Amino acid sequence: MRKLIAGLILGTALASAPISAMAETPKNALVMAFSIDDIITLDPAEIFEFSGAEYSGNTYDRLIGYDIDDVSKIHGVVAESWDVSEDGKTYTFKIRDGIKFASGDALTAEDAAFSLRRVIKLDLSPAFILGQFGLTKDNVDTQITAPDDHTLVLKVDKPYAPTFVLYCLTAGVGSVVDKKEVMAHEKDGDMGHEWLKTNYAGSGPFELNKWTPNESLSLVANDNYWDGAPAMKRVIIRSVTEAASQQLLLQKGDIDIARNLEADQIASLKDNKDIKFQKKSKGTVWYLGLSQKNEYLSNPKVREALKYLVDYNGIADTILAGRGTIHQAFLPDGFLGASNDNPYKLDVAKAKELLKEAGYPDGFSVTMDTRNTTAITAMAQSLQATWSLAGINLEIIPGDGGQTLTKYRARQHDIYIGRWGADYQDPNTNASTFAWNPDNSDDAAAKPLAWRNSWDPKEMTAETEAAILERDTQKRIDMYKDLQKKVMDKGPFVVMFQETEIAGVRSNVQNFKLGPSFDDNKYRFVTKD
Amino acid sequence: MSTVTPAKRGGRKRARLLSGPGGSILRVVSSVIITFFGLLLVTFLIGRILPIDPVIAAVGDHASEAIYNRVREEMGLNLPLWKQFFVYVNNVLHGDFGKSILTSQPVLNDIARVFPATLELATLGTIIGVILGVPTGVLAAVHKGKWPDHLVRIFGLVGYSVPIFWLGLMGLLVFYMKLDWVAGPGRVDAFYADFIEPTTGLMLVDTLLDGDIDLFWNAVSHIILPASLLAYFSLAYIARMTRSFMLEQLSQEYILAARVKGLSEFRIIWRHALGNVMVPLVTVIALSYANLLEGSVLTETIFAWPGLGLYITNSLLNADMNAVLGGTVVVGAVFIGVNMLSDLLYRLLDPRARR
Repeated sequence: MRKLIAGLILGTALASAPISAMAETPKNALVMAFSIDDIITLDPAEIFEFSGAEYSGNTYDRLIGYDIDDVSKIHGVVAESWDVSEDGKTYTFKIRDGIKFASGDALTAEDAAFSLRRVIKLDLSPAFILGQFGLTKDNVDTQITAPDDHTLVLKVDKPYAPTFVLYCLTAGVGSVVDKKEVMAHEKDGDMGHEWLKTNYAGSGPFELNKWTPNESLSLVANDNYWDGAPAMKRVIIRSVTEAASQQLLLQKGDIDIARNLEADQIASLKDNKDIKFQKKSKGTVWYLGLSQKNEYLSNPKVREALKYLVDYNGIADTILAGRGTIHQAFLPDGFLGASNDNPYKLDVAKAKELLKEAGYPDGFSVTMDTRNTTAITAMAQSLQATWSLAGINLEIIPGDGGQTLTKYRARQHDIYIGRWGADYQDPNTNASTFAWNPDNSDDAAAKPLAWRNSWDPKEMTAETEAAILERDTQKRIDMYKDLQKKVMDKGPFVVMFQETEIAGVRSNVQNFKLGPSFDDNKYRFVTKD
Repeated sequence: MSTVTPAKRGGRKRARLLSGPGGSILRVVSSVIITFFGLLLVTFLIGRILPIDPVIAAVGDHASEAIYNRVREEMGLNLPLWKQFFVYVNNVLHGDFGKSILTSQPVLNDIARVFPATLELATLGTIIGVILGVPTGVLAAVHKGKWPDHLVRIFGLVGYSVPIFWLGLMGLLVFYMKLDWVAGPGRVDAFYADFIEPTTGLMLVDTLLDGDIDLFWNAVSHIILPASLLAYFSLAYIARMTRSFMLEQLSQEYILAARVKGLSEFRIIWRHALGNVMVPLVTVIALSYANLLEGSVLTETIFAWPGLGLYITNSLLNADMNAVLGGTVVVGAVFIGVNMLSDLLYRLLDPRARR
């Protein structure tokens, strides 16, 4: 018994003794709290998640890139320059000299050709980005070649708009992997995929040190990086899913950057001198998908009415609180041809009039599948309130992400409230989902968002297909402007906001770059005072 | 543990086998196997009934229809349910729990990583809970109806009724932010995580094995708050149960006899009464320990503690069934293990149970 009491006293003493924690992060290391539990793979041929894209963007070099402040400026990375043939079907890239992989081997045109072919042959989620150019497992060995160490040749099946081809090559699937290293780990003809899922074979400014799923991701600097070694020798990303916990860590200085702060945290840190906020508009929109199987929603007047029943300003100011801006076209601002017209505003009288014209003067009842995250739930509640003013009874069906998405994909919803993120930096990425639906039947081969909402965009499908073949950039821009206008007027989508990414950054941290896509969030320029 | 009587003549041989010296082991093993099988079946069915498509977790929402269909087939989801279950159990019997969709790692590797995190937290939490909870309960029983009793009741009530989420954040705010007594979320400071070689997976043990005292204290400063929080919840329960067990004992005649004999009150309470309370208390403590070992999702979320609770929840929400089933097996094993342990302790503590 005496031992027990002694233990009790010791326990209490231990619990209350001030064990001081290290307050500051090292000067040459960047420590970040970031919800990285969406990473399911580290292979650039498979990565298709936000934080995975950020990983590949910092660890692999891609063929080409664009200016993150002006996306229309495309520049070479691994490819120094390129030529497009007269007929628009052959692209010849000159590969930069002096790039070395982490293995020490020099990067050659063969590595680049191998990487692109590998994407097509493995045929994983993002493979369609390259597959759009008529590349298949059967023809890719002849369509993508490396005649010498400095020349990469890509042949496409149609004379596509050069911007379309080039923007697609800026995506994660354009990452160059180390052929020798990857093939050394090949198993059962998988081109090293199983291995690369958890390992690294790149030439980027950072190299993978260690990935512990749902826990942490750590990178070390590539001191031989061809475009200058990063100042941060280590980047440590700790998975912290709870925003309030991220806030405390940031305030205390245990981390340099908090990546998933929500409205509450942002508000309470606003006046903190040690913390600044960095913002960047992303290629993601918040929208409502209105199923055309629903008799009310298939009425064009009702669709128009709903567009007048969103409290755009209220939601942007109070719910998104800086994490989004009003945006009503399907192409996010920053994309080639994006329209920034926002003709709709909350106008209950106008909506009522439209409902009356539609034959529903007393409104109707409808359900909305709502992912149970804070922001989406709050948006749904705001909609519920404004719709009730026009007599529409909105029933919110809450569910987890997987649940609501499963229902949406099976076309079993009335209304789905969600986010849509662009897959690559070309406008076709969203046009081909919001304005294109070649087959509206249940067993269609392609199931874009238009299909999910059982909407046949009619002539827009052909117009979307024509836009990727328009080689005159100005004409191409006009085509997308026109498509956006049509979808806005007639479509079953109420596009409401464009997402803004906000990072809470300690004031001694400089040059952390946020780009329009998660691929473009760069650590290599970061310095600390 | 009564002897099995043979139902019919032909059953005699089997019955003798079961009641012999090795019989109880055989019986335990067979009941464990049946329990696990049932557990797997139920979890499997729940997982398949969930209105969540596991293929989305594997390929993402934007993958083409062709890839979606191919992966669905690869995952065996186009097979009939019974066949899927058969394939799964067959693999498990060959020691293959499959790979997790979400981590691309074999499920066993994942569990070997997340379970120690939970084990460490739950064990420390239970130790603190017992060290503080038992004496608190005894005090409340001895001073029944007086202020120490009321104090303990209120303290316990708060432990039961305040959401752990709120309490966790408040704890961080006070002890981490304001007072600087403990470290923040995470098992060690983020920067250190790179330098620890996971030998056992238990931070407190691994840092000592590495001989790194600074890191050990860093890990202590991280674990003490979440462990105390879990301890508070088990403490509230343990104290309440101790109190009622003690009250029952204190009204027994042997206590009166001991008092008449002139034994000191200290000896009567802490030795005679508490000694007899220990047996039922072991069950209470074992159960509360087993509960903590399942992992507490909320605590793990706030404290960025990559444990079993978070792992199973995340997997379930994405219908990552290999991971869920693997986690379920572990939780089942923990419950069975803790139960066996408390049986063993029974025999040590209670001479009657040894007969």
